[in-house]
Amino acid sequence: MLNYDLVVVGGGPAGMAAALQAHEEGIEKILILERADTLGGILEQCIHTGFGLHYFGEELSGPEYAGRFIEQVYNTDIDVKVDTMVLDISADNVVTAVNNFDGLLTIQAKAIVLAMGCRERPRGALSIAGSRAAGIMTAGTAQKYVNMDGYMPGKTVVILGSGDIGLIMARRMTLEGAKVKAVCELMPYSGGLTRNIVQCLEDFGIPLRLSCTVVATHGKERLEGVTVANVDEHLKPIPGTEEYIPCDTLMLSVGLIPENELSKNAGITLDPVTNGPVVDEYRETTHKGVFACGNVLQVHDLVDFVTEESKLAGLGAAKYIKGEKAEDGVVHTKGENGVRYIVPQNINRATDKDVKLYFRVGRVLENVTLTVTCGDEVLLSKKKRKMTPGEMEYITLKAEVVKHLPADSTIVVSTKEA
Amino acid sequence: MEKRDLICVSCPIGCAITVDLDDNGQVISVTGNTCKRGDSYARQECTHPERMLTSTVKVEGGRLPVVPVKSAKPIPKELLFDCMTEINKVTLTAPVKIGDVVLKNILNTGVDIVATNEA
Ligand SMILES: Cc1cc2nc3c(=O)[nH]c(=O)nc-3n(C[C@H](O)[C@H](O)[C@H](O)COP(=O)(O)OP(=O)(O)OC[C@H]3O[C@@H](n4cnc5c(N)ncnc54)[C@H](O)[C@@H]3O)c2cc1C
Ligand code: SF4
Repeated sequence: MLNYDLVVVGGGPAGMAAALQAHEEGIEKILILERADTLGGILEQCIHTGFGLHYFGEELSGPEYAGRFIEQVYNTDIDVKVDTMVLDISADNVVTAVNNFDGLLTIQAKAIVLAMGCRERPRGALSIAGSRAAGIMTAGTAQKYVNMDGYMPGKTVVILGSGDIGLIMARRMTLEGAKVKAVCELMPYSGGLTRNIVQCLEDFGIPLRLSCTVVATHGKERLEGVTVANVDEHLKPIPGTEEYIPCDTLMLSVGLIPENELSKNAGITLDPVTNGPVVDEYRETTHKGVFACGNVLQVHDLVDFVTEESKLAGLGAAKYIKGEKAEDGVVHTKGENGVRYIVPQNINRATDKDVKLYFRVGRVLENVTLTVTCGDEVLLSKKKRKMTPGEMEYITLKAEVVKHLPADSTIVVSTKEA
Repeated sequence: MEKRDLICVSCPIGCAITVDLDDNGQVISVTGNTCKRGDSYARQECTHPERMLTSTVKVEGGRLPVVPVKSAKPIPKELLFDCMTEINKVTLTAPVKIGDVVLKNILNTGVDIVATNEA
Protein backbone atom coordinates (compact mmCIF):
# COMPACT_ATOMS: atom_id res chain seq x y z
CA MET A 1 0.00 0.00 0.00
CA LEU A 2 1.21 3.49 -0.90
CA ASN A 3 0.91 6.37 1.56
CA TYR A 4 0.04 9.95 0.63
CA ASP A 5 -1.10 13.01 2.57
CA LEU A 6 -3.52 14.01 -0.20
CA VAL A 7 -4.95 12.00 -3.07
CA VAL A 8 -6.83 13.96 -5.77
CA VAL A 9 -9.27 12.01 -7.95
CA GLY A 10 -9.47 13.63 -11.40
CA GLY A 11 -6.90 15.85 -13.14
CA GLY A 12 -9.17 18.49 -14.69
CA PRO A 13 -8.98 22.15 -13.70
CA ALA A 14 -10.63 21.33 -10.35
CA GLY A 15 -8.21 18.58 -9.36
CA MET A 16 -5.15 20.53 -10.47
CA ALA A 17 -6.13 23.73 -8.61
CA ALA A 18 -6.89 21.79 -5.41
CA ALA A 19 -3.56 19.93 -5.57
CA LEU A 20 -1.60 23.12 -6.27
CA GLN A 21 -3.26 24.99 -3.41
CA ALA A 22 -2.56 22.17 -0.93
CA HIS A 23 1.03 22.12 -2.17
CA GLU A 24 1.31 25.84 -1.56
CA GLU A 25 0.03 25.31 1.99
CA GLY A 26 3.02 23.04 2.62
CA ILE A 27 1.43 19.62 2.11
CA GLU A 28 4.24 17.39 0.87
CA LYS A 29 2.98 14.09 -0.45
CA ILE A 30 0.29 14.75 -3.05
CA LEU A 31 -0.90 12.40 -5.80
CA ILE A 32 -3.26 13.19 -8.70
CA LEU A 33 -5.00 10.22 -10.34
CA GLU A 34 -6.46 10.80 -13.84
CA ARG A 35 -8.36 8.36 -16.02
CA ALA A 36 -7.49 10.03 -19.36
CA ASP A 37 -4.03 10.03 -20.98
CA THR A 38 -3.33 13.69 -20.10
CA LEU A 39 -4.19 16.21 -17.40
CA GLY A 40 -6.67 18.94 -18.35
CA GLY A 41 -10.06 17.24 -18.17
CA ILE A 42 -12.84 18.35 -20.45
CA LEU A 43 -11.03 21.64 -21.24
CA GLU A 44 -8.86 19.80 -23.78
CA GLN A 45 -11.83 19.70 -26.17
CA CYS A 46 -13.17 23.21 -25.42
CA ILE A 47 -11.11 25.05 -28.04
CA HIS A 48 -13.17 28.26 -28.04
CA THR A 49 -11.94 31.26 -26.08
CA GLY A 50 -13.42 32.97 -23.05
CA PHE A 51 -11.71 31.02 -20.31
CA GLY A 52 -9.69 32.75 -17.65
CA LEU A 53 -10.76 36.33 -18.19
CA HIS A 54 -11.48 36.65 -14.49
CA TYR A 55 -8.70 34.46 -13.17
CA PHE A 56 -5.84 35.40 -15.52
CA GLY A 57 -7.27 38.61 -17.06
CA GLU A 58 -6.75 37.08 -20.50
CA GLU A 59 -9.05 35.53 -23.07
CA LEU A 60 -7.76 31.95 -23.25
CA SER A 61 -9.03 28.80 -24.94
CA GLY A 62 -9.75 25.69 -22.85
CA PRO A 63 -6.44 23.94 -23.64
CA GLU A 64 -4.49 27.15 -22.92
CA TYR A 65 -6.25 27.58 -19.58
CA ALA A 66 -5.59 23.95 -18.66
CA GLY A 67 -2.02 24.27 -19.99
CA ARG A 68 -1.15 26.93 -17.41
CA PHE A 69 -2.10 24.59 -14.57
CA ILE A 70 -0.53 21.51 -16.16
CA GLU A 71 2.77 23.35 -16.37
CA GLN A 72 2.52 24.45 -12.74
CA VAL A 73 1.74 20.90 -11.61
CA TYR A 74 4.74 19.45 -13.45
CA ASN A 75 6.95 22.17 -11.95
CA THR A 76 6.22 20.89 -8.44
CA ASP A 77 6.89 17.52 -6.82
CA ILE A 78 3.18 16.63 -6.98
CA ASP A 79 2.96 13.02 -8.27
CA VAL A 80 0.68 12.38 -11.24
CA LYS A 81 -0.59 9.08 -12.58
CA VAL A 82 -2.51 9.34 -15.86
CA ASP A 83 -4.38 6.47 -17.55
CA THR A 84 -5.37 5.52 -14.02
CA MET A 85 -8.97 4.89 -13.02
CA VAL A 86 -10.09 5.22 -9.42
CA LEU A 87 -12.46 2.39 -8.49
CA ASP A 88 -13.21 2.84 -4.82
CA ILE A 89 -12.81 4.98 -1.73
CA SER A 90 -13.12 3.17 1.61
CA ALA A 91 -14.49 4.34 4.95
CA ASP A 92 -10.94 4.87 6.24
CA ASN A 93 -9.81 6.82 3.15
CA VAL A 94 -8.04 4.06 1.24
CA VAL A 95 -8.21 4.76 -2.49
CA THR A 96 -8.26 1.81 -4.89
CA ALA A 97 -7.24 2.48 -8.50
CA VAL A 98 -6.13 0.50 -11.53
CA ASN A 99 -3.82 1.09 -14.50
CA ASN A 100 -1.69 -0.83 -16.99
CA PHE A 101 1.70 -0.22 -15.36
CA ASP A 102 0.99 -0.70 -11.63
CA GLY A 103 -1.99 -3.05 -11.93
CA LEU A 104 -4.22 -2.64 -8.88
CA LEU A 105 -3.13 0.17 -6.56
CA THR A 106 -4.17 0.84 -2.99
CA ILE A 107 -3.28 4.15 -1.43
CA GLN A 108 -3.81 5.25 2.16
CA ALA A 109 -4.63 8.97 2.14
CA LYS A 110 -4.94 11.41 5.03
CA ALA A 111 -7.31 13.50 2.91
CA ILE A 112 -8.96 13.05 -0.49
CA VAL A 113 -10.26 15.60 -2.99
CA LEU A 114 -12.98 14.41 -5.36
CA ALA A 115 -12.71 16.23 -8.72
CA MET A 116 -14.28 13.80 -11.19
CA GLY A 117 -16.21 16.44 -13.13
CA CYS A 118 -19.53 15.70 -14.77
CA ARG A 119 -20.91 13.85 -17.75
CA GLU A 120 -23.63 14.70 -20.23
CA ARG A 121 -27.14 13.45 -19.88
CA PRO A 122 -27.47 10.75 -22.57
CA ARG A 123 -30.35 10.07 -24.94
CA GLY A 124 -31.67 7.36 -22.62
CA ALA A 125 -32.57 10.07 -20.13
CA LEU A 126 -35.04 11.50 -22.66
CA SER A 127 -37.95 9.76 -24.25
CA ILE A 128 -37.84 10.35 -27.99
CA ALA A 129 -39.60 7.92 -30.29
CA GLY A 130 -37.61 6.47 -33.19
CA SER A 131 -34.95 3.98 -34.19
CA ARG A 132 -31.30 3.90 -33.12
CA ALA A 133 -30.09 5.50 -36.33
CA ALA A 134 -26.48 6.74 -36.49
CA GLY A 135 -26.10 10.50 -36.22
CA ILE A 136 -27.60 11.01 -32.75
CA MET A 137 -25.03 12.03 -30.16
CA THR A 138 -24.44 14.36 -27.25
CA ALA A 139 -22.99 17.76 -28.09
CA GLY A 140 -19.91 16.96 -26.01
CA THR A 141 -19.24 13.81 -28.04
CA ALA A 142 -19.56 15.86 -31.22
CA GLN A 143 -17.19 18.43 -29.71
CA LYS A 144 -14.61 15.73 -29.15
CA TYR A 145 -15.03 14.38 -32.72
CA VAL A 146 -14.54 17.79 -34.34
CA ASN A 147 -11.98 19.37 -32.03
CA MET A 148 -9.78 16.42 -31.09
CA ASP A 149 -10.30 13.76 -33.76
CA GLY A 150 -10.63 16.24 -36.66
CA TYR A 151 -13.78 14.50 -37.85
CA MET A 152 -17.06 16.18 -38.89
CA PRO A 153 -19.99 14.12 -37.59
CA GLY A 154 -22.57 15.53 -40.04
CA LYS A 155 -23.67 18.15 -42.56
CA THR A 156 -27.16 19.18 -41.48
CA VAL A 157 -27.77 19.48 -37.78
CA VAL A 158 -30.59 19.97 -35.29
CA ILE A 159 -29.60 20.61 -31.68
CA LEU A 160 -31.90 19.69 -28.83
CA GLY A 161 -31.27 21.70 -25.69
CA SER A 162 -29.69 25.12 -25.44
CA GLY A 163 -26.97 24.32 -22.93
CA ASP A 164 -23.64 26.03 -23.55
CA ILE A 165 -21.99 23.05 -25.19
CA GLY A 166 -24.85 22.84 -27.71
CA LEU A 167 -24.59 26.56 -28.49
CA ILE A 168 -20.82 26.39 -28.88
CA MET A 169 -21.21 23.40 -31.21
CA ALA A 170 -23.83 25.21 -33.31
CA ARG A 171 -21.19 27.83 -34.13
CA ARG A 172 -18.39 25.32 -34.54
CA MET A 173 -20.36 23.17 -37.02
CA THR A 174 -21.46 26.29 -38.94
CA LEU A 175 -17.90 27.58 -39.26
CA GLU A 176 -16.84 24.16 -40.58
CA GLY A 177 -19.50 24.36 -43.29
CA ALA A 178 -22.42 22.43 -41.78
CA LYS A 179 -25.94 23.84 -41.75
CA VAL A 180 -27.45 24.09 -38.28
CA LYS A 181 -31.19 24.22 -38.87
CA ALA A 182 -32.42 24.94 -35.36
CA VAL A 183 -31.68 24.78 -31.67
CA CYS A 184 -34.80 23.53 -29.84
CA GLU A 185 -35.23 24.27 -26.14
CA LEU A 186 -37.94 22.63 -24.07
CA MET A 187 -38.07 25.46 -21.55
CA PRO A 188 -39.29 28.99 -22.30
CA TYR A 189 -35.73 30.27 -21.67
CA SER A 190 -32.28 29.15 -22.73
CA GLY A 191 -30.11 27.10 -20.39
CA GLY A 192 -26.95 28.67 -21.82
CA LEU A 193 -25.08 31.89 -21.16
CA THR A 194 -26.53 34.96 -22.90
CA ARG A 195 -23.16 35.66 -24.47
CA ASN A 196 -23.31 32.30 -26.22
CA ILE A 197 -26.79 32.96 -27.61
CA VAL A 198 -25.47 36.21 -29.08
CA GLN A 199 -22.19 35.03 -30.55
CA CYS A 200 -23.05 31.42 -31.41
CA LEU A 201 -26.62 31.71 -32.70
CA GLU A 202 -27.56 35.33 -33.49
CA ASP A 203 -24.25 36.02 -35.25
CA PHE A 204 -24.99 33.18 -37.69
CA GLY A 205 -28.76 33.53 -37.94
CA ILE A 206 -29.40 30.15 -36.32
CA PRO A 207 -32.97 30.03 -34.97
CA LEU A 208 -33.47 29.34 -31.25
CA ARG A 209 -36.91 27.79 -30.78
CA LEU A 210 -38.04 28.04 -27.18
CA SER A 211 -40.77 25.79 -25.68
CA CYS A 212 -40.05 23.28 -28.42
CA THR A 213 -38.81 19.69 -28.38
CA VAL A 214 -37.95 16.75 -30.63
CA VAL A 215 -40.77 14.19 -30.52
CA ALA A 216 -39.49 11.66 -33.08
CA THR A 217 -36.37 10.72 -35.02
CA HIS A 218 -36.52 9.24 -38.52
CA GLY A 219 -34.17 7.08 -40.57
CA LYS A 220 -32.94 3.47 -40.39
CA GLU A 221 -29.16 3.30 -40.76
CA ARG A 222 -28.50 7.03 -40.63
CA LEU A 223 -30.69 9.79 -39.25
CA GLU A 224 -32.75 11.43 -42.02
CA GLY A 225 -34.78 13.92 -40.06
CA VAL A 226 -36.53 14.79 -36.82
CA THR A 227 -40.05 15.85 -35.91
CA VAL A 228 -40.20 18.81 -33.58
CA ALA A 229 -43.25 20.18 -31.78
CA ASN A 230 -44.07 23.08 -29.50
CA VAL A 231 -44.83 22.30 -25.86
CA ASP A 232 -47.42 23.74 -23.48
CA GLU A 233 -46.79 25.14 -20.00
CA HIS A 234 -46.64 21.57 -18.63
CA LEU A 235 -43.89 20.84 -21.18
CA LYS A 236 -46.19 18.44 -23.08
CA PRO A 237 -46.07 18.52 -26.91
CA ILE A 238 -49.05 20.37 -28.40
CA PRO A 239 -50.80 18.21 -31.03
CA GLY A 240 -50.92 19.86 -34.45
CA THR A 241 -47.67 21.80 -34.00
CA GLU A 242 -45.43 19.00 -35.32
CA GLU A 243 -42.93 19.94 -37.99
CA TYR A 244 -40.53 17.69 -39.91
CA ILE A 245 -36.94 18.96 -40.24
CA PRO A 246 -34.59 16.98 -42.52
CA CYS A 247 -31.13 16.53 -40.93
CA ASP A 248 -28.40 13.89 -40.69
CA THR A 249 -27.32 14.76 -37.15
CA LEU A 250 -29.13 15.37 -33.87
CA MET A 251 -27.03 16.73 -31.04
CA LEU A 252 -28.22 16.63 -27.46
CA SER A 253 -27.27 19.35 -25.04
CA VAL A 254 -29.75 18.57 -22.32
CA GLY A 255 -27.77 18.97 -19.15
CA LEU A 256 -24.84 17.71 -17.19
CA ILE A 257 -24.83 15.30 -14.27
CA PRO A 258 -22.03 15.32 -11.68
CA GLU A 259 -20.09 12.06 -11.83
CA ASN A 260 -20.72 10.76 -8.31
CA GLU A 261 -20.65 6.94 -8.49
CA LEU A 262 -17.51 6.87 -6.33
CA SER A 263 -19.01 9.28 -3.80
CA LYS A 264 -22.23 7.25 -3.57
CA ASN A 265 -20.36 4.00 -3.02
CA ALA A 266 -18.32 5.69 -0.29
CA GLY A 267 -21.57 6.53 1.50
CA ILE A 268 -21.18 10.30 1.02
CA THR A 269 -24.46 12.21 1.37
CA LEU A 270 -25.55 13.84 -1.91
CA ASP A 271 -27.76 16.90 -2.37
CA PRO A 272 -30.84 15.83 -4.35
CA VAL A 273 -30.87 19.12 -6.30
CA THR A 274 -27.19 19.52 -7.24
CA ASN A 275 -26.57 15.74 -7.47
CA GLY A 276 -23.24 16.58 -5.84
CA PRO A 277 -22.04 15.95 -2.27
CA VAL A 278 -23.35 17.97 0.65
CA VAL A 279 -20.34 20.08 1.76
CA ASP A 280 -19.21 22.71 4.25
CA GLU A 281 -17.54 26.05 3.45
CA TYR A 282 -14.22 24.33 2.73
CA ARG A 283 -16.00 21.77 0.55
CA GLU A 284 -15.57 18.92 3.02
CA THR A 285 -18.21 16.24 2.43
CA THR A 286 -20.07 14.28 5.11
CA HIS A 287 -17.17 11.81 5.00
CA LYS A 288 -14.37 13.19 7.23
CA GLY A 289 -11.28 14.22 5.26
CA VAL A 290 -12.98 13.84 1.86
CA PHE A 291 -13.46 17.10 -0.06
CA ALA A 292 -15.18 17.79 -3.40
CA CYS A 293 -14.87 20.60 -5.94
CA GLY A 294 -15.60 21.57 -9.54
CA ASN A 295 -18.30 19.96 -11.60
CA VAL A 296 -18.53 16.89 -9.38
CA LEU A 297 -19.90 19.21 -6.69
CA GLN A 298 -22.14 21.50 -8.75
CA VAL A 299 -22.29 22.09 -12.49
CA HIS A 300 -20.33 25.27 -13.24
CA ASP A 301 -20.55 27.42 -16.38
CA LEU A 302 -17.33 29.27 -15.70
CA VAL A 303 -14.08 27.44 -15.25
CA ASP A 304 -12.80 30.51 -13.36
CA PHE A 305 -15.27 29.68 -10.59
CA VAL A 306 -14.16 26.04 -10.72
CA THR A 307 -10.61 27.15 -10.02
CA GLU A 308 -11.68 29.40 -7.17
CA GLU A 309 -13.80 26.69 -5.56
CA SER A 310 -11.06 24.10 -5.96
CA LYS A 311 -8.42 26.28 -4.30
CA LEU A 312 -10.79 26.50 -1.36
CA ALA A 313 -11.09 22.69 -1.26
CA GLY A 314 -7.29 22.37 -1.49
CA LEU A 315 -6.89 24.83 1.36
CA GLY A 316 -9.52 22.95 3.41
CA ALA A 317 -7.79 19.62 2.79
CA ALA A 318 -4.46 21.15 3.87
CA LYS A 319 -6.01 22.49 7.08
CA TYR A 320 -7.59 19.10 7.74
CA ILE A 321 -4.27 17.29 7.26
CA LYS A 322 -2.53 19.74 9.62
CA GLY A 323 -5.35 19.42 12.17
CA GLU A 324 -6.19 23.12 11.83
CA LYS A 325 -9.74 22.92 10.55
CA ALA A 326 -11.85 24.63 13.19
CA GLU A 327 -15.15 23.10 14.21
CA ASP A 328 -17.66 24.66 16.59
CA GLY A 329 -21.10 23.60 15.43
CA VAL A 330 -22.54 24.25 11.98
CA VAL A 331 -25.31 26.32 10.49
CA HIS A 332 -27.22 25.02 7.48
CA THR A 333 -28.20 26.81 4.28
CA LYS A 334 -31.38 26.61 2.27
CA GLY A 335 -32.83 28.21 -0.86
CA GLU A 336 -36.44 29.45 -1.04
CA ASN A 337 -38.73 31.31 -3.47
CA GLY A 338 -37.01 30.39 -6.69
CA VAL A 339 -33.55 29.68 -5.24
CA ARG A 340 -33.05 26.03 -6.12
CA TYR A 341 -30.04 25.16 -4.02
CA ILE A 342 -27.13 26.60 -2.04
CA VAL A 343 -23.51 25.44 -2.02
CA PRO A 344 -22.15 25.08 0.63
CA GLN A 345 -25.02 23.36 2.42
CA ASN A 346 -23.31 23.72 5.82
CA ILE A 347 -21.04 26.36 7.32
CA ASN A 348 -18.83 25.89 10.38
CA ARG A 349 -19.55 28.74 12.79
CA ALA A 350 -15.84 28.94 13.58
CA THR A 351 -14.98 29.59 9.94
CA ASP A 352 -12.03 31.94 9.46
CA LYS A 353 -13.12 33.16 6.01
CA ASP A 354 -16.01 35.06 4.47
CA VAL A 355 -18.32 32.56 2.77
CA LYS A 356 -19.66 32.86 -0.76
CA LEU A 357 -23.06 31.20 -1.07
CA TYR A 358 -23.42 29.88 -4.64
CA PHE A 359 -26.86 29.18 -6.08
CA ARG A 360 -29.06 29.01 -9.16
CA VAL A 361 -32.61 30.24 -9.61
CA GLY A 362 -35.34 28.04 -11.08
CA ARG A 363 -36.70 30.54 -13.62
CA VAL A 364 -35.91 33.94 -15.14
CA LEU A 365 -36.37 36.67 -12.52
CA GLU A 366 -36.29 40.44 -13.05
CA ASN A 367 -35.80 43.35 -10.62
CA VAL A 368 -35.13 40.99 -7.79
CA THR A 369 -34.38 41.62 -4.15
CA LEU A 370 -32.18 38.87 -2.83
CA THR A 371 -32.28 38.39 0.94
CA VAL A 372 -30.33 36.22 3.32
CA THR A 373 -32.11 35.60 6.61
CA CYS A 374 -31.68 33.49 9.72
CA GLY A 375 -34.85 33.14 11.75
CA ASP A 376 -36.29 36.69 11.83
CA GLU A 377 -32.94 38.36 11.32
CA VAL A 378 -32.07 39.77 7.89
CA LEU A 379 -28.34 39.18 7.40
CA LEU A 380 -28.02 40.64 3.91
CA SER A 381 -30.11 42.10 1.16
CA LYS A 382 -29.10 42.92 -2.40
CA LYS A 383 -30.87 44.10 -5.57
CA LYS A 384 -30.34 42.37 -8.92
CA ARG A 385 -31.59 43.48 -12.31
CA LYS A 386 -31.92 40.02 -13.75
CA MET A 387 -31.20 36.42 -12.77
CA THR A 388 -31.47 33.40 -15.07
CA PRO A 389 -31.25 29.65 -14.42
CA GLY A 390 -28.35 29.44 -16.89
CA GLU A 391 -26.12 31.56 -14.69
CA MET A 392 -24.69 30.64 -11.32
CA GLU A 393 -24.94 33.48 -8.78
CA TYR A 394 -23.34 34.08 -5.41
CA ILE A 395 -23.70 36.31 -2.39
CA THR A 396 -20.98 36.78 0.22
CA LEU A 397 -21.58 36.31 3.93
CA LYS A 398 -19.04 37.75 6.37
CA ALA A 399 -17.31 35.35 8.77
CA GLU A 400 -18.26 37.58 11.77
CA VAL A 401 -21.91 37.26 10.85
CA VAL A 402 -21.76 33.46 10.74
CA LYS A 403 -19.99 33.33 14.12
CA HIS A 404 -22.93 34.86 15.96
CA LEU A 405 -25.58 32.53 14.58
CA PRO A 406 -26.87 29.77 16.86
CA ALA A 407 -25.55 26.25 16.12
CA ASP A 408 -27.87 24.18 13.93
CA SER A 409 -29.82 27.23 12.77
CA THR A 410 -30.65 27.67 9.09
CA ILE A 411 -29.65 30.50 6.76
CA VAL A 412 -32.25 31.06 4.06
CA VAL A 413 -31.50 32.71 0.71
CA SER A 414 -34.66 33.90 -0.97
CA THR A 415 -35.77 36.13 -3.86
CA LYS A 416 -38.62 38.59 -4.29
CA GLU A 417 -39.55 40.22 -7.59
CA ALA A 418 -40.52 43.90 -7.52
CA MET B 1 -30.65 59.80 -31.17
CA GLU B 2 -30.69 56.00 -31.08
CA LYS B 3 -30.46 53.55 -28.18
CA ARG B 4 -28.97 50.08 -28.62
CA ASP B 5 -29.18 47.23 -26.13
CA LEU B 6 -26.26 44.84 -26.32
CA ILE B 7 -24.98 41.87 -24.39
CA CYS B 8 -21.26 42.15 -23.80
CA VAL B 9 -19.60 39.01 -25.18
CA SER B 10 -16.11 39.84 -23.95
CA CYS B 11 -16.44 37.38 -21.10
CA PRO B 12 -19.00 34.82 -19.92
CA ILE B 13 -20.60 37.19 -17.37
CA GLY B 14 -22.52 38.77 -20.27
CA CYS B 15 -23.41 42.22 -18.89
CA ALA B 16 -26.43 43.97 -20.45
CA ILE B 17 -25.12 47.21 -21.95
CA THR B 18 -27.04 50.20 -23.28
CA VAL B 19 -25.39 52.45 -25.87
CA ASP B 20 -26.66 55.90 -26.85
CA LEU B 21 -25.77 56.86 -30.42
CA ASP B 22 -26.17 60.27 -32.08
CA ASP B 23 -27.70 60.71 -35.54
CA ASN B 24 -24.35 60.08 -37.22
CA GLY B 25 -23.98 56.73 -35.46
CA GLN B 26 -21.35 58.12 -33.09
CA VAL B 27 -21.33 56.71 -29.56
CA ILE B 28 -22.46 59.23 -26.92
CA SER B 29 -22.54 57.02 -23.84
CA VAL B 30 -22.14 53.43 -22.71
CA THR B 31 -23.87 52.18 -19.54
CA GLY B 32 -24.42 48.81 -17.84
CA ASN B 33 -20.91 47.41 -18.26
CA THR B 34 -19.08 46.36 -15.11
CA CYS B 35 -15.55 46.66 -16.48
CA LYS B 36 -13.73 48.66 -19.14
CA ARG B 37 -13.62 45.78 -21.61
CA GLY B 38 -17.39 46.16 -21.79
CA ASP B 39 -17.04 49.81 -22.73
CA SER B 40 -14.65 49.12 -25.59
CA TYR B 41 -16.71 46.13 -26.74
CA ALA B 42 -19.87 48.26 -26.96
CA ARG B 43 -18.10 51.03 -28.92
CA GLN B 44 -16.56 48.51 -31.28
CA GLU B 45 -19.80 46.58 -31.75
CA CYS B 46 -21.70 49.72 -32.78
CA THR B 47 -19.08 50.84 -35.27
CA HIS B 48 -17.12 47.82 -36.48
CA PRO B 49 -18.06 44.42 -34.97
CA GLU B 50 -15.26 41.93 -34.34
CA ARG B 51 -15.08 38.37 -33.02
CA MET B 52 -12.46 35.96 -31.80
CA LEU B 53 -12.12 33.00 -34.17
CA THR B 54 -11.18 29.52 -32.98
CA SER B 55 -10.83 26.37 -35.02
CA THR B 56 -8.47 23.45 -35.60
CA VAL B 57 -5.67 22.81 -38.09
CA LYS B 58 -4.52 19.44 -39.43
CA VAL B 59 -1.22 18.24 -38.03
CA GLU B 60 0.98 15.36 -39.16
CA GLY B 61 2.93 13.23 -36.71
CA GLY B 62 1.24 14.62 -33.59
CA ARG B 63 -0.54 13.00 -30.66
CA LEU B 64 -3.89 13.88 -32.29
CA PRO B 65 -4.79 14.51 -35.98
CA VAL B 66 -5.64 18.19 -35.33
CA VAL B 67 -4.38 20.98 -33.11
CA PRO B 68 -6.61 23.85 -31.90
CA VAL B 69 -5.89 27.45 -33.03
CA LYS B 70 -7.25 30.93 -32.30
CA SER B 71 -6.94 34.40 -33.71
CA ALA B 72 -4.49 36.24 -31.47
CA LYS B 73 -6.93 39.19 -31.50
CA PRO B 74 -10.55 39.62 -32.62
CA ILE B 75 -11.06 39.86 -36.40
CA PRO B 76 -13.79 41.69 -38.36
CA LYS B 77 -16.99 39.66 -38.06
CA GLU B 78 -17.67 39.67 -41.82
CA LEU B 79 -14.33 37.91 -42.47
CA LEU B 80 -14.96 34.88 -40.24
CA PHE B 81 -15.83 32.48 -43.07
CA ASP B 82 -13.04 33.73 -45.37
CA CYS B 83 -10.58 33.17 -42.53
CA MET B 84 -11.93 29.63 -42.05
CA THR B 85 -11.17 28.90 -45.71
CA GLU B 86 -7.56 30.00 -45.18
CA ILE B 87 -7.21 28.06 -41.93
CA ASN B 88 -8.52 24.87 -43.53
CA LYS B 89 -5.78 25.01 -46.20
CA VAL B 90 -3.02 24.63 -43.59
CA THR B 91 -1.34 21.36 -42.54
CA LEU B 92 1.30 21.54 -39.80
CA THR B 93 3.99 19.05 -38.86
CA ALA B 94 4.55 18.12 -35.21
CA PRO B 95 5.95 19.31 -32.89
CA VAL B 96 3.71 22.33 -32.37
CA LYS B 97 3.87 24.45 -29.21
CA ILE B 98 1.24 26.68 -27.58
CA GLY B 99 1.59 30.15 -29.13
CA ASP B 100 3.25 29.02 -32.40
CA VAL B 101 2.13 31.24 -35.29
CA VAL B 102 0.17 29.10 -37.75
CA LEU B 103 -0.82 31.85 -40.21
CA LYS B 104 0.71 35.31 -40.14
CA ASN B 105 -1.47 38.38 -40.76
CA ILE B 106 -4.47 36.42 -42.00
CA LEU B 107 -6.20 38.18 -44.94
CA ASN B 108 -4.26 41.35 -44.15
CA THR B 109 -6.21 41.88 -40.95
CA GLY B 110 -2.97 42.36 -39.02
CA VAL B 111 -3.98 39.39 -36.85
CA ASP B 112 -2.05 36.11 -36.54
CA ILE B 113 -3.59 32.67 -36.12
CA VAL B 114 -1.79 30.87 -33.27
CA ALA B 115 -1.79 27.34 -31.87
CA THR B 116 -3.53 26.90 -28.51
CA ASN B 117 -2.31 23.43 -27.60
CA GLU B 118 0.67 21.18 -28.15
CA ALA B 119 0.87 18.59 -30.91
C1 LIG C 1 -18.67 18.09 -22.84
C2 LIG C 1 -18.44 19.31 -21.96
C3 LIG C 1 -18.12 20.53 -22.53
C4 LIG C 1 -17.93 21.67 -21.75
N1 LIG C 1 -17.68 22.86 -22.34
C5 LIG C 1 -17.47 23.95 -21.56
C6 LIG C 1 -17.21 25.19 -22.13
O1 LIG C 1 -17.22 25.29 -23.35
N2 LIG C 1 -16.95 26.27 -21.35
C7 LIG C 1 -16.95 26.18 -19.98
O2 LIG C 1 -16.68 27.18 -19.28
N3 LIG C 1 -17.23 25.02 -19.40
C8 LIG C 1 -17.51 23.91 -20.16
N4 LIG C 1 -17.84 22.74 -19.58
C9 LIG C 1 -17.84 22.73 -18.14
C10 LIG C 1 -16.41 22.34 -17.72
O3 LIG C 1 -16.45 20.97 -17.49
C11 LIG C 1 -15.89 23.06 -16.50
O4 LIG C 1 -15.69 24.41 -16.76
C12 LIG C 1 -14.57 22.46 -15.97
O5 LIG C 1 -13.85 21.80 -16.97
C13 LIG C 1 -14.86 21.55 -14.86
O6 LIG C 1 -13.65 21.10 -14.30
P1 LIG C 1 -13.56 19.80 -13.46
O7 LIG C 1 -12.12 19.62 -13.15
O8 LIG C 1 -14.55 19.86 -12.35
O9 LIG C 1 -14.09 18.63 -14.43
P2 LIG C 1 -13.45 17.96 -15.72
O10 LIG C 1 -12.75 18.95 -16.57
O11 LIG C 1 -14.53 17.17 -16.33
O12 LIG C 1 -12.35 16.98 -15.13
C14 LIG C 1 -12.66 15.81 -14.40
C15 LIG C 1 -11.56 14.81 -14.61
O13 LIG C 1 -11.73 13.72 -13.75
C16 LIG C 1 -11.39 12.53 -14.43
N5 LIG C 1 -12.08 11.41 -13.78
C17 LIG C 1 -13.42 11.21 -13.64
N6 LIG C 1 -13.66 10.07 -12.97
C18 LIG C 1 -12.46 9.53 -12.68
C19 LIG C 1 -12.05 8.34 -12.00
N7 LIG C 1 -12.94 7.49 -11.48
N8 LIG C 1 -10.73 8.10 -11.88
C20 LIG C 1 -9.81 8.97 -12.40
N9 LIG C 1 -10.14 10.10 -13.04
C21 LIG C 1 -11.44 10.38 -13.18
C22 LIG C 1 -11.88 12.79 -15.85
O14 LIG C 1 -11.21 11.97 -16.78
C23 LIG C 1 -11.55 14.27 -16.03
O15 LIG C 1 -10.28 14.47 -16.59
C24 LIG C 1 -18.04 21.58 -20.36
C25 LIG C 1 -18.37 20.35 -19.77
C26 LIG C 1 -18.59 19.22 -20.54
C27 LIG C 1 -18.98 17.92 -19.88
S1 SF4 D 1 -18.57 44.33 -19.15
FE1 SF4 D 1 -16.74 43.30 -18.35
S2 SF4 D 1 -17.60 41.92 -16.80
FE2 SF4 D 1 -19.32 42.54 -18.07
S3 SF4 D 1 -19.45 40.93 -19.65
FE3 SF4 D 1 -18.17 42.58 -20.49
S4 SF4 D 1 -16.08 41.93 -20.01
FE4 SF4 D 1 -17.44 40.72 -18.70
